[in-house]
Amino acid sequence: MATSLNRGVQSMIEQIDAPMATFFSACVHCGLCADACLFYTETQDPKYTPIHKLAPMRRVWQQEFTFWGKLMSKLGLSKPVTDAELAEWEPLVYDSCTLCGRCSLVCPVGNDIAYMVRKMREGMVASGHAPDGLKGATRRAIELGSPMGITIKTLQAHFKHAEQETGLVVPLDREGADYLLVLSSAEIANFSEIIPAVTRIFHQADVSWTMASDGFEATNSGIQIGSSDLAAELVNRIVKAAERLKVKYVISPECGHAYTALRWEGPNLIGRPYPFEVVHIIELLDQLRGEGRLRTTGMDDTRMTFHDPCQMVRRGGVINQPRNLLNMFAPNFVEMPDAGVQNWCCGGGGGVSANPRADELRLKVFSKKKSQLEAIDVTTVVTSCSNCRTMLEEGLEHNHMDLNVIGLTELIAQHLASPEKQ
Amino acid sequence: MNQQELLDFVRGTGLQIAAAVFVLGMVYRMLHLMLLGRKKNLAAPRGTEWGPGLRTMWHRSIPSVGLTSRGYFIVISGYIFHLGFLITLLFLSQHIDLFRSVFGFGWPALSPGLITITAILTIAAMIALLVHRYTDPVKRLISDYQDYLTWTLTFLPLLTGIMLKQGIALGYQQMLIVHIITLELLMIATPFTKLVHMFTTFSARWYNGAISGFKGIKV
Repeated sequence: MATSLNRGVQSMIEQIDAPMATFFSACVHCGLCADACLFYTETQDPKYTPIHKLAPMRRVWQQEFTFWGKLMSKLGLSKPVTDAELAEWEPLVYDSCTLCGRCSLVCPVGNDIAYMVRKMREGMVASGHAPDGLKGATRRAIELGSPMGITIKTLQAHFKHAEQETGLVVPLDREGADYLLVLSSAEIANFSEIIPAVTRIFHQADVSWTMASDGFEATNSGIQIGSSDLAAELVNRIVKAAERLKVKYVISPECGHAYTALRWEGPNLIGRPYPFEVVHIIELLDQLRGEGRLRTTGMDDTRMTFHDPCQMVRRGGVINQPRNLLNMFAPNFVEMPDAGVQNWCCGGGGGVSANPRADELRLKVFSKKKSQLEAIDVTTVVTSCSNCRTMLEEGLEHNHMDLNVIGLTELIAQHLASPEKQ
Repeated sequence: MNQQELLDFVRGTGLQIAAAVFVLGMVYRMLHLMLLGRKKNLAAPRGTEWGPGLRTMWHRSIPSVGLTSRGYFIVISGYIFHLGFLITLLFLSQHIDLFRSVFGFGWPALSPGLITITAILTIAAMIALLVHRYTDPVKRLISDYQDYLTWTLTFLPLLTGIMLKQGIALGYQQMLIVHIITLELLMIATPFTKLVHMFTTFSARWYNGAISGFKGIKV
């Protein structure tokens, strides 16, 4: 255990770079971040204050990087971080933080607290203090290729259904295609309608695409648990497949953390830039719309709204594209309060949904989303993250709210202009 | 050392020592932080870092995300205290005179009455923030001894300043000595405590804006 604790503390020290140390030194303990975090606003429990979740790592910074801290440590007057303390902090760092980054938007001194929690998780994993649920998901991802245990056989079965439904071929391992599509476990397992949907859309838009038998899983549990080594291995599977198939682009699917993992962290994890570009599927669909290659037909009068996935919007920068797409066919689209970069998390991002211990708390804090939705009285919630979609479905069910939840790509496919109408 | 000599010392050598600790300490802290560096970002950028970083440096001064009543209290009291402290420090005629005697130039002062009102408002805001720190469950949980120490170190120059100006307690010269010493303590403590945020706030904001800017997100 001592070795494990040492590894954790050592890992935290290694994670402290210029931004991290600057953030710790700038914090004035004003407590404003609490009001930005749904785990605090919905429980009023001060332990969920975002910056408090970093308290053990802050002491590591103080003891290793500041004059007084070092002096106090030398004199034996400082309180070293212990295993018991990290065990106590584990639920704060994992169960009650979705890395949504709303606190990073609010902090008056500019601390990117989500960046800090992401780094602290590296130390938590190294010290052995990560939730069993996430450990299991990560192990399955490494050993089986998918956190939900999905294999290429499962995927091929879905391809068959999609081909029967659409009369089109779902391309697999097609070398020289422009785009490689990867999917998240949740999409394959729960929302496999996405496969015929993209097949039809890409056929209409004449997109040269493929999927890869050795790199189809986009979910990155390594990012969620906070292990760069494991996250790199998972990203590398996609990179290798993309290089093997010589594609120009990899399409990140409707999954928030997959986008963060693939688009922003990936090259840094594997230590080199990609020889291809990463594009979010919603970015690509909006580009196709702009080029006139994506055409819908008719109008959908349903009163609907869009739930912004944190990693795609606030942390990912794909903000206007879903609105542009919805504007094609949804005249009764309404924004919920705080929509866009300030949107509130579904409660299940950052690995929270893969951690059954957090279920009760997650459903409790869904009250924030509930009040956002009640304020606009809609019948359909559109989103573009399969994890958000599952969390919304569960949260709405838990609160006896009768709303439809649908993925944006799937909704577009439902309104796709048929070839003869083009 | 008699009282006059003590005053000359605290106003002369004492102030020079405090200023040297402040300047060198801050340079050391800022260099130390910057030299920790950060890894080159190998992801393809969607935007730039410098512009959004600089924008966030000033833009974060204005709360852009909806505040709760608790948030309004913290922001408004914080503004009154920070601005009030700066106005009192920079626009009291005696402070400008001291500055002029060292650097050879100065600027117009505000009227003594206005400075007194500002100082009282600043003191009131600081007391309100202290009470809030102790009574608000969030702030109480996240506060440590430094929060109370730095509050005291910031409060004392204001308190002794107003006591000096209003002739409350001690003789003028004695009070002046105490007032200058409290300021020197504040200057010496700054590089080694959370008061360093007077500089790091801006570098932290730059990093925040730059991280988002790289991804093409406006924050």
